Amino acid sequence: MFGNACQDTTVKSLTRFGKGGADGEFIELTLEHPGSDNAAWKSWKPGQFLMVRPESFGLDPLMGRPFSITRADEEQGVSLFFQVMGRGTRKLAALKPGDPVTMWGPLGNAFVARKETPTLVLAGGIGIAPFYEYVKRHDQPENLRVEFGHRPPLACYNWERMQGLCSCGAHHETCRQDLMDFIALLEETIPQYCNDGLIIACGPLPFLKTIKKVADAHGGRAQLSLENHMACGIGACLGCVCKHKEDGPVSVCARGPVFWSDEIEL
Amino acid sequence: MDMRVNMAGLKLSNPVMTASGTFGYGVEFKRYGQLEKLGGLVVKGLSLEPREGNPMPRIADAPAGMLNAIGLQNIGARNFVEKRLQLLPWSETAVVANLYACSAEEFGDLAAYLGQQEGIAALEVNISCPNVSSGGVLFGQDPSMAAAVTRAVKDHCGGKPVIVKLTPNVTDIATMAKSVVDAGADAVSLINTLSAMSVDARTRRPRLANVIGGLSGPAIKPVALRCVWQVAQAVDVPVIGMGGIASAEDVLEFILVGASAVQVGTSNFVRPDFAFRLVDELAALVDELGIKNWDEYRGSLAV
Repeated sequence: MFGNACQDTTVKSLTRFGKGGADGEFIELTLEHPGSDNAAWKSWKPGQFLMVRPESFGLDPLMGRPFSITRADEEQGVSLFFQVMGRGTRKLAALKPGDPVTMWGPLGNAFVARKETPTLVLAGGIGIAPFYEYVKRHDQPENLRVEFGHRPPLACYNWERMQGLCSCGAHHETCRQDLMDFIALLEETIPQYCNDGLIIACGPLPFLKTIKKVADAHGGRAQLSLENHMACGIGACLGCVCKHKEDGPVSVCARGPVFWSDEIEL
Repeated sequence: MDMRVNMAGLKLSNPVMTASGTFGYGVEFKRYGQLEKLGGLVVKGLSLEPREGNPMPRIADAPAGMLNAIGLQNIGARNFVEKRLQLLPWSETAVVANLYACSAEEFGDLAAYLGQQEGIAALEVNISCPNVSSGGVLFGQDPSMAAAVTRAVKDHCGGKPVIVKLTPNVTDIATMAKSVVDAGADAVSLINTLSAMSVDARTRRPRLANVIGGLSGPAIKPVALRCVWQVAQAVDVPVIGMGGIASAEDVLEFILVGASAVQVGTSNFVRPDFAFRLVDELAALVDELGIKNWDEYRGSLAV
């Protein structure tokens, strides 16, 4: 038992990346770490998420917001990466160092990591968030290949942090042809990892659907990190379910957020 | 002050219970506090067979609240009893099973099964869910159907206290309360969510796949207080108040208008340790205000 995994903390820093223009601003929000007595935070793994609710939410929005954990250590704090999209993220973007925030986590499961296995890491847009740490922690980064598709400029994504750690390709989508090219890349690379490799992915639903479709067609499977609107983040409200082939609707927050592509319907 | 509440055959260590549908099967909250601290714990609505619930999306934001249309997804009464109940500290905290069925007969079968479980302190009858196509709120909007369901549960519950959970989506909630009390309800709990909608002007789509859902949270507290006040005047059985409780002061407001105990719901989503903190905050506030005992304070609204 870890004691209370819901904690009141404060904002440590906000770092703004690039200008997303119409796609909204990109921000890395860092919270003060809950402290070394919190064992759960010591053993967190990339793919897990946390729920965040700043006091400034007041009564609107009432619900906290789920975010993938980008980084968490006692010295540097707990970081998450988001794009300003709606009321919740607008209020998060207005936070200042020292502002009070309630957070609970780490929540959910994590991506599988196998050092000996050639691993294809597929990120779509803000779905890059869990992979900085995944790549950094990997014992044999020479076995990793990251392919990253994005619409806003690369400067929005702190891409520099990823580079130099492993094989990385970034693909800027500015027109329909770019998208077709990226899908062609997925169709070409995914089958290479279907038998003896590992595929992990995080990104928007159409992106994950494409990956699942290609993996299914080649008898392979990929680990997909799903996102969803959530109220509790802990499997109580049943507001964030996805369709599991054997077990019916299951909570993305508690059973996931990472699922094997052949176990779910998207 | 002695925080204990003794009502309708239920012994609670304090008046704070958690509301059905907002506290899972209880076990989900063990990382956030000691379940033993709670006066009572009402688990997710249980049906005889597991239910898959409604399509997604099932939840939406609303100012000072939220909408949900979960549709009573649950693991089924048998799975709850066999796989979850023994994980709960039922000898210290009253574990209340919330029952959902599509007919009075089925309610009777469910009550017969759950009523014989040692760890279950009471049965709460859900005749107020707005998010299912059969049963649910339909039973709770017709006094004679509500009475028939209450009677069926009461006849099969093995002597366990029967609480009937009422919907605010009626013309006169006091009439409904009287009807279920006449049919044998040992207590009533209210309010369930208010029937509501959320739509997107840009995409022209509803925000819930079910289109209509239930509104909960602080936004509904004034409605809930009014309902509890009216029902407490109308019936002689204990009333369990709920609807938008977000602080210890809110708890006292419900007791002031006549509630014997309260349930907290949506606030459990605002922060998962909410109910546990509320128990401490309530004890502190009661001392601060010099309240001597619950009997003296309950229903003492000066009008």
